[in-house]
Amino acid sequence: MTESLAQLPEIDPPARFTQDLLNWRTWVEPLPVEEFTELHYEALVQRSRVSNEYFRLLARDPDILRERTLTDFDIFFNTEAGLPRADREIAATAASRVNGCVYCASVHSAFASHHSRRRDEVQRLLDEGVAARTDPRWDAIVDATVALTATPSTFGDRELDALVAAGLDELEILDAIMAGAFFNWANRLMLSLGEPSR
Amino acid sequence: MTSTPPDVIDALVGIEPGDDLDAVRAGRPEARLHAQGSYLALFEPRDQSHMSLEERHAVAAFVAVLHAQPAAAEFYSSALTDAQGGSDRVAALVLDEAERASHPGPYGAFPGENADESTTGPGYAVASVESAYVLGDRLAAALEHAHLLTLHPRDADREAIQRLFDAGWSSTGVVTLSQLVAFLAFQIRVVQGLTALRGRAEAQRRPEGDIR
Repeated sequence: MTESLAQLPEIDPPARFTQDLLNWRTWVEPLPVEEFTELHYEALVQRSRVSNEYFRLLARDPDILRERTLTDFDIFFNTEAGLPRADREIAATAASRVNGCVYCASVHSAFASHHSRRRDEVQRLLDEGVAARTDPRWDAIVDATVALTATPSTFGDRELDALVAAGLDELEILDAIMAGAFFNWANRLMLSLGEPSR
Repeated sequence: MTSTPPDVIDALVGIEPGDDLDAVRAGRPEARLHAQGSYLALFEPRDQSHMSLEERHAVAAFVAVLHAQPAAAEFYSSALTDAQGGSDRVAALVLDEAERASHPGPYGAFPGENADESTTGPGYAVASVESAYVLGDRLAAALEHAHLLTLHPRDADREAIQRLFDAGWSSTGVVTLSQLVAFLAFQIRVVQGLTALRGRAEAQRRPEGDIR
């Protein structure tokens, strides 16, 4: 039997990249809550995520969801040394802006603004794109993420020299690479399994 | 006693225990553990009823070749050849299709007021009736979807999911396929980034006058 797409509610697409709170509407039917077992709840890592249709959708394959979630949490929330959270969110925003994921960019640009208190500069990345210049540190992180996000990746000595010149040590560079690389994972899921709506 | 399977990212970058990069990666132990756990969840699955191991390896080799990261392309191409066992035809065909489908990304249409930033690039469809016959409907549709997600993900739409359903994919299979392609976009970029970092550090350690 051929499966059916999820019923789509009325979509009010965002006009442009924004830091405003958006919704994400799935194209593929999530796993119904009634069918959740303990395995599915463990895959969510945070049980409260059962109220989110994106995570209910990914719960269809609980093993990869669980591993992905734990990878995500260490890359973004482990602030034991390394890159400040705001800078990791700038990398997430840059990858999302290049790949064109309006939803991911909205969430992570808002986090970048929250943690840096530099909302106007973050907004310029959304309005003008990744060629917008802010300061040498963010410029180096954005340029490195853009190079890493190309397929094939063009990330190399030029990007590393700029990151080192901006004062990043090896753990901070690892954090920048991991945050940018992780959003190449997240962007592809959110772009291909549903769409943003105001 | 079973040995711990090697960490794929470390293996592809060439990180050995005690290396500088081994110590750097140890600063993010959960990310390291669960990046490998993600690989195992996808390639040593407990349940392959919605996507077979052969399909996983075929799509992975196709995606790795599109990324043109030498170590990853070699690793996943070899894994495909090993996984196919009797059917070298499928492995050879998948690798040929990947070479033909390669193109720099990301490209595609931006929505709304960002439409003037849109860039175009090639779509991809399995080359011939003969190829489609060897691959079968499910795998042919999966490769076409993997190309979309890898090189022009912002062109993805509901119709792309419908094409997978029409080729026999289930909703759960679509989630696994999407996770596999998207995970590789992550893993291969980590390999690329760490390989560059390692290369730069080694170049700086060479004694002066050792120019190559």
